Amino acid sequence: MTQHHPAHPNHPAASPGLWALAWRRLRADRVAMAALAVVLLFLLSVLLSGAGLVAADWEDEVAVNYAPPGFLGPDPALAALAQPAPPAPPNAFDPLAADLAALKAGLEADPARRGRAPAVKAATLPFGADKWGHDIVKKTIKGGQTSIVVGLVAALVAVALGTLFGALSGFYGGIVDDLFNWFYSVFTSIPSILMILTVAAVLQAKGVLSIVLILGLTGWTGPYRLIRAEYIKHKAREYVMAADAIGASGWRRMFVHIFPNVSHVALVQVSILVVGFIKAEVILSFLGFGVPVGVVSWGSMLNEAQNELILGKWWQLAAAAGAMALLVTAFSLFADALRDALDPKLK
Amino acid sequence: MKALQLDLCQCGTIVHIVEIQQCCFFRNLVYSLGGLLQDSLNSKIPMLAYILRRLWQMLPTMAGVVVLVFLLFNWVGGDPSYLLAGKMADARAIANIRAQLGLDEPWFVQLWIFVKQILTFDFGNAWSTGEPVSHIIASRLGPSLTVLVPLTVLETVIGIALALAVAFVRGSLTDRMVMVACTIGMSISILVYIIVFQYGLAYKLGLFPVQGWGASLMENLLRYATLPILIGLAVSIAPTLRLFRSFVLDEVNQDYVRTARAKGLSERRIVWVHVLRNAAIPIITHVMSNLPALLIGAFLLERFFGIPGIGREVILAVERSDFPVIKAITVYVAAATMVFNLLADLMYQAADPRVQLT
Repeated sequence: MTQHHPAHPNHPAASPGLWALAWRRLRADRVAMAALAVVLLFLLSVLLSGAGLVAADWEDEVAVNYAPPGFLGPDPALAALAQPAPPAPPNAFDPLAADLAALKAGLEADPARRGRAPAVKAATLPFGADKWGHDIVKKTIKGGQTSIVVGLVAALVAVALGTLFGALSGFYGGIVDDLFNWFYSVFTSIPSILMILTVAAVLQAKGVLSIVLILGLTGWTGPYRLIRAEYIKHKAREYVMAADAIGASGWRRMFVHIFPNVSHVALVQVSILVVGFIKAEVILSFLGFGVPVGVVSWGSMLNEAQNELILGKWWQLAAAAGAMALLVTAFSLFADALRDALDPKLK
Repeated sequence: MKALQLDLCQCGTIVHIVEIQQCCFFRNLVYSLGGLLQDSLNSKIPMLAYILRRLWQMLPTMAGVVVLVFLLFNWVGGDPSYLLAGKMADARAIANIRAQLGLDEPWFVQLWIFVKQILTFDFGNAWSTGEPVSHIIASRLGPSLTVLVPLTVLETVIGIALALAVAFVRGSLTDRMVMVACTIGMSISILVYIIVFQYGLAYKLGLFPVQGWGASLMENLLRYATLPILIGLAVSIAPTLRLFRSFVLDEVNQDYVRTARAKGLSERRIVWVHVLRNAAIPIITHVMSNLPALLIGAFLLERFFGIPGIGREVILAVERSDFPVIKAITVYVAAATMVFNLLADLMYQAADPRVQLT
């Protein structure tokens, strides 16, 4: 492989770089492009729901409880609930009746409240509703936002740590290498799922940040091993020695000179880890060690759906499982294609 | 093993001396002492010398695991005495618990207590149930193995058969379809497999008990563990097949396969006899070194089906903040992982005479 720096705008004669070549290979792969489109679609939905443009109102109780999906038709047992209850006859013995009526009138007049609880609840929704009448489609989008953001950020943390440790270890060698190799052997001798559960037990604070930390701090070993090998390979190459000769410091050689040439390894690792971390987040949240109550993720949706399935309400399970399977399939196919495109020797 | 050697000679392979790259951490430190051992033993019993050296090299890693677990629970985790004393605790109750746990001692005394606990297999009683931790581990191992041993055997056998069959038609449409099916199968959360199969096969159709666990091994195997094993198989066969296929494909391009083909052996014989014997080596070592992780990895199956195994115990302990149980299981599983890695390397050497232990 030749050493290219990714951006050489002032070099019109330069041959196409690693990234341009990889992109050309990737574009020729139709499966990879379809997978990329699906992944980008999911990322778009994350951005839109993060910005509050989509699914911000997922917590509105817009339908009757467990409203079935539109293609099944309304559930007759539930349809009766959809009609607003007839006003109760005035009760002469109720001392609070007048106050309640005044309160109710005040609430209905309030424009901010009126949008949240429509008088007539829908009997069906495009993909049904959950126990509280939340729209499943919106809930799945919102849950996807949590799961995907956790997976992405945790993968970035893990690869950043792995790259830093791997760079130090491979570049300096000697005692530094021994130290990080020792860390590596310690972390890999504890199975990762046990490591994750142990850290989850110790961290009392539940939240999106702590699960990012759990996954990020336990997942650095895979990237570390590969990046370290790359740095060992690169540190003796002529361009690095040339940089040394003109007085570039260790850090500069590591991260300005070598890193652009190994960054494709890091990128492939991010794409592989995201898949694993999304799956891990779903399991952690399902068990109740993940996102806190009130935050929806695909894992917490599966947790609710498990109990709903016994009642025959399968749509929340189908929505969360289907969305996750679609994203993870697309992401895995894309990660495989990306690896092949960036490192054709591996194939 | 003899057959394998015969096979290799038969095919006229140039026998390479492959050295396994050992993970010799803190090489200098270890070599100064290990070298002495090696010199005296190497000429007589090389295998024993190798095993002793590997066990010696495990010490720094094990020490690291102990320190890591100690730091996690005593430094990151904060003071567990508030947790134990309950919501209405007064200062004296908390002080009592701290004294009982040794938390008022300096950190090196606490670390020493922890090391002593590990070496004597005595972690005291579980905080939540009062059951001795050593008894928890000993009694939960059986149910875990009842599920894991059949699961691992079936998964390996089916995985090898499918991998060879797929490698037989490599590059074809069937091969690609199977690989795409594997990717899709791996993308569905294990939770979904469990929820759907448990609901459909056990709850709706009544083919299996929904959950439970009996007293006798046969009853457990035939009645309660069947569905968990089937689900475990459905979940793990896709990644296993992908991995085994790559092992097989590594062998398919070797010289001895070309030689066998040149001799006029049938493709079937080449794949099922020559390739299988050689691909079995990485497969066996992979299965071996993965066993301890599986012990915990089956926790979801154990939890859903009410199987009183190690994995379920870990989940319960995390839910109840039962630190002694988690500490003990983490340390012992880490030790088991290292020992099984050593066993895997030994089996590698036993199965492949080209490999020299270093």
